[in-house]
Amino acid sequence: MKILVCVKRVPAPGARINVTDDGLEVDATHLGFTTSPHEECAVEEAVQLAETHGGEVTAITLGPEAAEEQLRYAASVGVQNLILLPMDEPDWDPQKTADALTKAIREIETSEGVFDLILFGNESADAGGFQVGIRVSHQLERPIVNGIKNIEISDDEIEAQREIDGGFEVYKLKMPAALGVKEGINLPRYPTMKGRLASKKAELKSLQFPAENGGQQRSRLHRPEEQVSETVILGKGPEAAPAIVDLLEELGVLQ
Amino acid sequence: MTLLVLCDHDRGVVPDSVFEALTFAKSIADETNTSIQAVLIGQGSEEAVESVLSFGVKTVIVALHDSLTDYGPEIWGETLAQMVDSTSAKIVTACGTDRGNEVLAHVAARLNMPFLANCRSVRIESETCLATRIQWGGSLLEDVKSDSEIQIFSVEHHSITPEPLDPSGNGTVVEFSPELDQLFERTIVVDRVVRTHGITLTTAPVVVGGGRGVGSAEGFQSLEELAEEIGGVVGCSRAVTNNGWRPHSDQVGQTGTRIAPEIYIASGISGAIQHWVGAMAAKNILAINTDPEANMVVKAGYAVLGDLHEVIPAITEEIRNRRSK
Repeated sequence: MKILVCVKRVPAPGARINVTDDGLEVDATHLGFTTSPHEECAVEEAVQLAETHGGEVTAITLGPEAAEEQLRYAASVGVQNLILLPMDEPDWDPQKTADALTKAIREIETSEGVFDLILFGNESADAGGFQVGIRVSHQLERPIVNGIKNIEISDDEIEAQREIDGGFEVYKLKMPAALGVKEGINLPRYPTMKGRLASKKAELKSLQFPAENGGQQRSRLHRPEEQVSETVILGKGPEAAPAIVDLLEELGVLQ
Repeated sequence: MTLLVLCDHDRGVVPDSVFEALTFAKSIADETNTSIQAVLIGQGSEEAVESVLSFGVKTVIVALHDSLTDYGPEIWGETLAQMVDSTSAKIVTACGTDRGNEVLAHVAARLNMPFLANCRSVRIESETCLATRIQWGGSLLEDVKSDSEIQIFSVEHHSITPEPLDPSGNGTVVEFSPELDQLFERTIVVDRVVRTHGITLTTAPVVVGGGRGVGSAEGFQSLEELAEEIGGVVGCSRAVTNNGWRPHSDQVGQTGTRIAPEIYIASGISGAIQHWVGAMAAKNILAINTDPEANMVVKAGYAVLGDLHEVIPAITEEIRNRRSK
């Protein structure tokens, strides 16, 4: 079974996100970078599926040259093939991103065969466009369902579950197919020392495709106005309990 | 000119998010002099149509077809895309829920148009749309300009309070028959698994949340007791699910569930942005923390400084005492 997993390099922010002076990017001066959380789980899921059913996993990313770090991390937890689609500017728009990814996947599949399953993260942690996976799958004419938190595979059929309020929806897709997965589908493993060493030697292919700009343009990023609320301190320790229960009664939540 | 609003019912049940989208659409319709047409797709529309009409919508389009049984992202996207063509709609919107964003992305992919997910404000002038949408789950805002013949955007969930459009008006229902290839049935829901009956994180009036400060899976026992006493549910931070103390379905945050209860009791939670954006729609927040500088304490409307392992059981006891009187 051949699995492709699409990942994105994103900053790892703490309690606050700053923006560069031109307002076009997150100021990452004091930040580390990581794989967007849903996609970190997509990588783990791909590796687990390949371990269970046999096959190999390819990770692809569209990003700056430094996104090699996220591909190497994927290799350190069990991904075999790494592909980088380098881009220069900050964040391509979703249509352009999907265009480049689609072209790359077509090219790879022409020489190496069709991927049985393509995994995307449900949405990226930073831009949160909720669309790249769907656009790519539409162009490749493959079925895709988002929000997936469980995957079972038997023969050429995938049973995928999506969490809804109070339960799950079940979908059944024939491969080749694509899924947008969500954090919680698994608990990603930590790389082993052996994995880390192997990842340094893993071959990394760099491919470039001309991609068309989409219709949307970023003007600026900014932080929302903080709601300045004076925190009312109800008390200290367990002695605060009566004041808390007064509040709950006032709000009418004690039935 | 037409503005289509996807009303993503679930087997006839219309969620509040639909009324948020309709309320948002009303302001756009007024500014652009367009008329709102609410869209219902597939089986269950007959049940859903009443609640949409009684919200004051003038026109409801109901799409029916043998293949339109349960929800399916592709078949709903295809249906809505065909409706855009046949109504010459220039604006298409929905609430930014899982389904809303998913279906609109399918529509945008089919029409090869931009899609702006989770907008807080939108201004449309002819073929230009100036919008402010959320990034990082709402920690950051993006001002974005989109030039396209058809504007497709979703409305950030919980960012607007529903207000009925025109309670006096009698709306009409128009039927629409899409042409659908059987192929699109491939992503229709085939089954549902019910995990919990009754209240959930998204519907509970009270959420009792625990973070790293709870310390262990067993530490959640007192939170469970309080939640049960109060008719609420337990939520948690990402640190908790990463430690395997609670299932991911309990996680509140950007990559978990976004909650909007009457009150969120956040205990032992530092309040990293990842968590905060999932909790900020709560009407009231009470932080319980030993650290007065914790982000959660600073941002909350109410706080108690102290050890949650002492405070939480004391609240439960106080409630029981008052009830026994």
